[in-house]
Amino acid sequence: MKLPVIKLALLLFWTFNVFAANLIKMDDQSQLPKTATTTANYFKPPSDSELPDNAFGDLVRKGEALFVNTKALAPQYVGNELNCVNCHLDRGRHALSAPLWAGYPMYPAYRKKNNKVNTYAERMQGCFQFSMNGVPPPADGEILTALTAYSYWLSTGAAIAKSLPGRGFDEPPQPAGGYNIANGKKVFETRCVMCHGSNGAGQKVGASYVFPPLWGKDSFNWGAGMHRINTAAGFIKHNMPLGEGESLSDKEAWDVAAYVNSHERPQDPRLIKGDIELTRKKYHEGDGVNLYGVTVDGVLIGQGIK
Amino acid sequence: MIKLQRFHNLLIALLCAPIAAIAADGNAVIVNGGANPAAIACVACHGEDLKGNAEAGIPRTAGLSADYIVKQLHDFRAGTRHNAMMQAVALTLSEDEIAAVAKAISAKPGVNILVTAPTNPSADSAAWIAMRGAWERNIPPCTSCHGPDGMGVGNTFPPLAGQPAMYLEAQLHAFKGTPAGNVAKRGSKAKMLATRYNDPNGLMRHIAASLSDAEIKMLAEYFAAMDVSDTPVAADRIFLK
Repeated sequence: MKLPVIKLALLLFWTFNVFAANLIKMDDQSQLPKTATTTANYFKPPSDSELPDNAFGDLVRKGEALFVNTKALAPQYVGNELNCVNCHLDRGRHALSAPLWAGYPMYPAYRKKNNKVNTYAERMQGCFQFSMNGVPPPADGEILTALTAYSYWLSTGAAIAKSLPGRGFDEPPQPAGGYNIANGKKVFETRCVMCHGSNGAGQKVGASYVFPPLWGKDSFNWGAGMHRINTAAGFIKHNMPLGEGESLSDKEAWDVAAYVNSHERPQDPRLIKGDIELTRKKYHEGDGVNLYGVTVDGVLIGQGIK
Repeated sequence: MIKLQRFHNLLIALLCAPIAAIAADGNAVIVNGGANPAAIACVACHGEDLKGNAEAGIPRTAGLSADYIVKQLHDFRAGTRHNAMMQAVALTLSEDEIAAVAKAISAKPGVNILVTAPTNPSADSAAWIAMRGAWERNIPPCTSCHGPDGMGVGNTFPPLAGQPAMYLEAQLHAFKGTPAGNVAKRGSKAKMLATRYNDPNGLMRHIAASLSDAEIKMLAEYFAAMDVSDTPVAADRIFLK
């Protein structure tokens, strides 16, 4: 007699969880849900073998190639040495690494960043302008069409307009007592330096960077989402060192994110009248935790680098 | 008197300089071995041009990063990388000889990989793990650290391409470890004893532990079979796929 009761309880529990998951705020990708999703069963994008061998499949393949080799294949739109795949691991498939299958179904969406409803193409234009420190490709052009097709295909079967577990970077909360840049330097030198180099410049083989530059002229600019310490902490916590995600503590992730984002990088392209303070007030003050326009150890951060 | 003392010091310095140079002649160590006869010549096993010996599973060392070679020799000494022959050599080379031989080996031509055209690897193939990884097991693509076609990156990530399959397979097993009979019998979880644990932050150990023996064999053969070229490949042809 007890069995149906247990079954009912389980069913209710399950229903509640599904319901609760769907209640996650449908916000833009820069204001991520705070709920821990590390134990969730993540959405599974289709496998490569399911891609049809036709015109659509060709376009998806083209989008995938652009995603992995953005700098090499779209140099006119990329102003640094980064590729999409540097932050969206496993070709945009990896949960907690801002997977495309969780991002694509959330658009169109309002974004505080430009105070309007953005299409998915406009969202990607933002990536090119800030994360790639480049020029936005035309919304109806070949490049964004291919990248859209790739994102659409990865989202096959995903719910539209529902924040799926694993979306964004699931930032850990800021540690009590804040972050510590000096400790972040120690973490960097123990865990990160063998790949990204002591000057954060990454490592190159042939024409492409195998390990992306984290700061300096070849990295993302001061307008990119990754310049926020909270966002970088989320990416690092779940994904770094490569293949050893979740091995740093929340505090280590925050500290090393602060260390990385205390270094100079290309100027925010939205710079107002050449004035860092004006730009900080308008664009950075309310944008998570960041060091743009802040003076650290007597040095003003956010001066930009060319 | 002071002047004479200075002259005396200078004379000693001048006399010693060439001796120190001879003691740490890297090419001499490669060809003849170290001052201690137990430190046998590199060429004895790694081949005349240090390109290794595929049949014996002895790696190519020519063109490896000097920092990488110094680290490996130090690790053989410290016992964090096991190999009876190399541990004996590393223990009997002097610090000067290690620095000099590493420099001389790194100056030799490295392997030139004939870059393959971008392809879409098929699932469950070695190429898939090499270029796509197995993220469900937290295995990144081999090439995401060892570079396009496994050609090696910087001082930390050695080339895989062009190394003997037998060597690569043995290294992955050394990182993975083998079940320690006694420990396994005592129950609980069988402990794996790695015989190579000199990888920075355990990056390779966690990957090797998640690879099956069949995958290890398949990957070793994949990188060993990379086409090599006599001439360097143009930089703009080399990018990740």
